[in-house]
Amino acid sequence: MKVLNSKNIKKMDFDALIIGGGGSGLRASLELAKSGLNTAVVSKVFPTRSHTVSAQGGITCAIQSADPNDDWKWHMFDTVKGSDYIGDQDAIEYMCAEGPKAVFELEHMGLPFSRTESGRIYQRPFGGQSKDFGKGGQAARTCAAADRTGHALLHTLYQNNVKEGTNFFNEWFAVDLVTNQNGEITGVIAFSVETGEVSYLRSEATVLATGGAGRIYASTTNALINTGDGLGMSLRAGFPAQDMEMWQFHPTGIHGAGSLVTEGCRGEGGYLVNGDGERFMERYAPNAKDLAGRDVVARSMVLEIIEGRGCGPNKDHVHLKLDHLGEDVLNSKLPGICELSKTFAGVDPVYKPIPVVPTCHYMMGGAPTNIHGQVFHQTNGTEAPIQGLFSVGEAACVSVHGANRLGGNSLLDLVVFGRAAGKHINEDLKSGGGVAYANEDDIDKSLERLNCLNESSEGYEVGEVKRELQDVMQKYFGVFRRGEFMEKGTKMLVDIREKTNNLYLKDKSESFNTNRVEALELQNLLEVAEATAISALERTESRGAHARDDYPERDDKNWLCHSLYDPSQKKLKKRDVNFKPQTMEPFPPKVRAY
Amino acid sequence: MIEVSIYRYNPETDKFPYMQKFEFTPPEREIMVLELLTLLKEEDPTLSFRRSCREGVCGSDGMSINGKNSLACITPLSDVLQKNKIDLRPLPGLPVIRDLVVDMTEFYNQYEKIKPFLQNDQPHPEKERLQSPEERSKLDGLYECILCACCSTSCPSFWWNPDKFVGPAALLQAYRFIADTRDTRTEERLESISDPFSVYRCHGIMNCVNVCPKGLNPNKAIGEIKKTLLLRKESGNELIAKSGGT
Repeated sequence: MKVLNSKNIKKMDFDALIIGGGGSGLRASLELAKSGLNTAVVSKVFPTRSHTVSAQGGITCAIQSADPNDDWKWHMFDTVKGSDYIGDQDAIEYMCAEGPKAVFELEHMGLPFSRTESGRIYQRPFGGQSKDFGKGGQAARTCAAADRTGHALLHTLYQNNVKEGTNFFNEWFAVDLVTNQNGEITGVIAFSVETGEVSYLRSEATVLATGGAGRIYASTTNALINTGDGLGMSLRAGFPAQDMEMWQFHPTGIHGAGSLVTEGCRGEGGYLVNGDGERFMERYAPNAKDLAGRDVVARSMVLEIIEGRGCGPNKDHVHLKLDHLGEDVLNSKLPGICELSKTFAGVDPVYKPIPVVPTCHYMMGGAPTNIHGQVFHQTNGTEAPIQGLFSVGEAACVSVHGANRLGGNSLLDLVVFGRAAGKHINEDLKSGGGVAYANEDDIDKSLERLNCLNESSEGYEVGEVKRELQDVMQKYFGVFRRGEFMEKGTKMLVDIREKTNNLYLKDKSESFNTNRVEALELQNLLEVAEATAISALERTESRGAHARDDYPERDDKNWLCHSLYDPSQKKLKKRDVNFKPQTMEPFPPKVRAY
Repeated sequence: MIEVSIYRYNPETDKFPYMQKFEFTPPEREIMVLELLTLLKEEDPTLSFRRSCREGVCGSDGMSINGKNSLACITPLSDVLQKNKIDLRPLPGLPVIRDLVVDMTEFYNQYEKIKPFLQNDQPHPEKERLQSPEERSKLDGLYECILCACCSTSCPSFWWNPDKFVGPAALLQAYRFIADTRDTRTEERLESISDPFSVYRCHGIMNCVNVCPKGLNPNKAIGEIKKTLLLRKESGNELIAKSGGT
């Protein structure tokens, strides 16, 4: 194979480049395409195959349909509490207050929301939702299109991008960022999966909208494509990642298959039972019960299983009971779940409970950004935006989810911050913003990873190393964590890095080479896994989704802060949480009970 | 031990496609066809196929499984094995890029042709547009399409005229917007597909209904479009007749 360099690859120029064709990327690109900037979306799959399509239950937002008195400030309170107080309150305020506008826009674009009798958008109850700042009982705030909200949202956004004439580079894989001599990001190296042709896509603004990386775990609700490609790129470029120890384990993944069963099931009245047939959440969360925060429910389930009260011959899962809701409700409100359950659990929820187990679901951490999507880094204790680099959606950590995301807040995050980043980039570029050119060495540097794989004549098999990585993460960095185990896991990752640096690419062909794609993805997974491991080991407390049995208490004195993983030192720094919302008093940390 | 026969073609090395046989011992638990492919790919990393969600909602892994278009990720191996054999081929009727990966350009072109986005000439209200549950229910069975192309590539009319016949998947979406009470361009939508090919090449063969992995019924939607076109023509004629009479 020829060695790739800056002279023998194609170059293309754009105003804005969006890496990733999921919800956040398509919302950002829509904003930019409408503004007339030369925008391109680079997506490794056709956009409607992105993981947003799997979101089920809905998009949480105080649109005052189910409750005319609902208030975005109550939504903000719930989100801050859900985050275990390390969500940034300026960002949460922005998301909750802008949310209704962003949701109504989606409806205007054609999203087929379910409806109430009065013709408004249907809203269902979800976990962690309350009225009147936690004092008014359960709220119903999650706007839904049956249990296929993500599908409806993603298709609607894609359709509107078609309408606006967005440029799509579909089935193109972004390999690495190109950094110029000023330390600015000037686009990416990417290749067409179909033809293998490698290009330098130069851009004034590069937006990482590459989603999560749930595939670092062996058991996950995430699509096979969720390999943290954007974060892998930014970590390799030496930029930090924030709150990487915070991984959400969704209470209800189908036992064995890992497929998601929406929290909307419990919102509609379903509940969990253990092997004794007991509705055990009443013991752990007397008020919210099955609709407590996801971290709380997931831990309770694991405790039930550890203490021998699981279901099935191996007592290794619990049951989600839905049959009492009746066939009509299940068919109209949860048709997708009935389908998934029959396919992957062999169970019809109209008659029998679904076997479920906490399963890796969402990456609360990511590239640290402000509400405009600008990615930040810290040098000598001062913070500055990285010129030309933006991030939105699950890939970013803005941070609205803190240590635990509430159900329905991820879709809101996507559209609110995708939109905000689009608006900001538009204004910035139209007022003269932009980045300088990269030189040949800068470009060559970003081709190294691809060249190295293409030249490999021996080494480790992609599939084998991936499984090893996933098993280490599953075993040592799961729902409950302990220092000595995490140390062991972190050491094992050092060996795995050696292997991912020496992968053997058996297939060297150009056309639709998925072996090459999977090798590059595995290297991204390793970057994310390592950031996760080191962050988890160093945060010596329990908060939100990060539960350590050697440090079981929340430690606000030392850890009411973000963690900032520095890939060049492989060390953790601390970063202040924002407690300064613009329009109201901040919510001070309290004991988090449901 | 089962025998897996897979369509192989790499344009860089193969003059012609061929069927490659693999001997495979499936694990004791139930697996889907996608997992079979993933396990075989570990043995032979050159095997190429698309996949993403692995739960039947993204539409990446449509392929011909023992002659029937299906999604590999929600097709249990035990359901499709015939005499311990399984035959996997790319979706028929579209150009093959490599192995099980087809070029879907024609398919997507037809989708774009029907203007798959809501068009409403009225200014947006401040909040959402209202739609009753009954009006919304008209979209059920339409909006759920995942664009996997199982239907269009099982349709002989689409095989013959992939450039002129819109095909069941895109027609399902055409009707999704015709049926949406919020869309104001119904007339324009109908006019754009009223030629002899776009809709009328559907002869009700029903392959689309038989293969749809989401249980949707493109044939019914096409029937609704034809009916609407007919009523439109009749009422148009009526107007002409009336104006001729005076």
